[in-house]
Amino acid sequence: MANLKLLAEKAVQTRIAILQMIYQGKGGHIGGALSCTDILVTLYYTVMRIDPKNPGWEGRDRFVLSKGHSVEGLYAILADLGFIPRAELDSYRGFGSRLIGHPSNKVPGIEVNTGALGHGLSVGVGMALAGKMDQKDHKVYVLMGDGELAEGSVWEAAMAGSHYKLDNLIGIVDRNRLQIGGSTEDVMALEDLKAKWQAFGWEALEVDGHDFNSLVELAKLPIVPGKPHMIIANTIKGKGISFMENEVGWHHRVPNEEEYAQALQELELRMGAF
Amino acid sequence: MIKKNQVPCRKAFTETLLELAREDRDIIALTSDARGSVTLEQFARELPEQFVEVGIAEQNLVGIAAGLAACGKKPFVCGPACFLSARSLEQVKVDAAYSDMNVKIIAVSGGVSYGPLGSTHHAVHDLAVMRAIPNLTVILPCDVHQTRAMTKLLAEYEGPVYVRMGRGAVADVYRENDAPFAIGRANVLLNGGDLTIIATGEMVRPALDAGLILKQQGVKTRVIDMHTIKPLDQEAVLQAACDTGNLITVEEHSVHGGLGAAVAELVTQNFPVRMRIMGIPDEPAITGDPAQILKYYRMTAEDIAEAALAMLD
Repeated sequence: MANLKLLAEKAVQTRIAILQMIYQGKGGHIGGALSCTDILVTLYYTVMRIDPKNPGWEGRDRFVLSKGHSVEGLYAILADLGFIPRAELDSYRGFGSRLIGHPSNKVPGIEVNTGALGHGLSVGVGMALAGKMDQKDHKVYVLMGDGELAEGSVWEAAMAGSHYKLDNLIGIVDRNRLQIGGSTEDVMALEDLKAKWQAFGWEALEVDGHDFNSLVELAKLPIVPGKPHMIIANTIKGKGISFMENEVGWHHRVPNEEEYAQALQELELRMGAF
Repeated sequence: MIKKNQVPCRKAFTETLLELAREDRDIIALTSDARGSVTLEQFARELPEQFVEVGIAEQNLVGIAAGLAACGKKPFVCGPACFLSARSLEQVKVDAAYSDMNVKIIAVSGGVSYGPLGSTHHAVHDLAVMRAIPNLTVILPCDVHQTRAMTKLLAEYEGPVYVRMGRGAVADVYRENDAPFAIGRANVLLNGGDLTIIATGEMVRPALDAGLILKQQGVKTRVIDMHTIKPLDQEAVLQAACDTGNLITVEEHSVHGGLGAAVAELVTQNFPVRMRIMGIPDEPAITGDPAQILKYYRMTAEDIAEAALAMLD
């Protein structure tokens, strides 16, 4: 049984780290990093089979952050789990740092370099296919943004995932409904998103992307053998910091000193409540 | 009398890959509905578990290969050069090269070998773009023997590589089991001190023939097979510049950004000599039979020899 309280605590801790990294590093994509925090925390602290002491362990589950710009939370989690030194988080975005603005596999625990949208699901298909070829039981998790789904390559991968019956492939859409240019439905409408994935042959499920009770169910996938699974996780962009929530302007704005102080106070209050 | 080779390099590649893949389960061939044009049918029939068809989806093709490589497989991505070097370019750049995945991009029917089909199917830009991507090795074998040697080496070599071949059968440059091939080490086919012709891929044979024509006329010509465009064999180029001055490069590629550019970048900064870059001019290439196209752009052995004589005048 997953410890839901621990997950909630780790999520607040991760959000504080995201805020600090982006404030100190003077850049980042805070809105999307905050919307997928609870998903990342659930994957890394309960769902995925990983070994921080042995990042290259062959039996590990694979994770691809296809929405690579939301990397700050991933760094915070990798540091907390011991993949990288915690102090290294201070080097985020710094000259020559390996903690750059998008995932790099120079960082232990990161499989592939991402940042150009629409690549991750194909890479995930390849990883899942390799697992099937070798009769290995690792699972592959690919986290995508919703705006990212306008990339045609995503749908090439969607076809391949069902064609090859990759039930070891689990895609997750961080459905926060906002992208840099505005609402996803105004920029390039995605709905009916669940029906789209179903039509492509995926087992599509919708969850509340901030409800750990639902998110821990990810561990039970696949529920339908022979089908890749797509989880549409309904989330709130900027989640956890009141004035950033659902505000398109916080896609990649950097908080000023006052905003930083207020945001930190909000999160620390929540931390104190545990 | 040497029998004229009837086997295209792409066929020599797939035959060799099949032999290797029978012994190595990690070798995977991937294609985007191009098994016919790459000549992968037998591979697909014989080793279906090591064959991945993705349909007409070249971006997905390279991404999947990167994912396979991330899990220890040895993927060979096979398709027409025109698509792999343009439609999948970002996947080659990011998923293969930047992520440092052991992905081999095998681009066939490059240059103007799809002659009558027009610029959508010509690939005369590929060397320029691939050469500018860090961590990517770029290779053009010149005949079936070198293709076989290269394929064997690539199955062992770890790292992202772009390979470009043509479509039709080309005359031999090397002999069976005697095609020295080491990545980044050019082969000097003919030695001479008056002038050097550096060629790559399927232009090596005409370049060698040009060297032989010139030799008959008393011009001591060095001919270099620059099968690896990147990393370029700098020593071979600078030695030639130093020994012979006068360099001519020949490639089935735009005169911009390919072998000629690579050689020019090197010699202008280290040992400037007179140079002539022979290739496809900066225009949508004329269409027709590939041999007609190369003749039109004055890239036959006779044309190369003529250009050499003009240079020495």
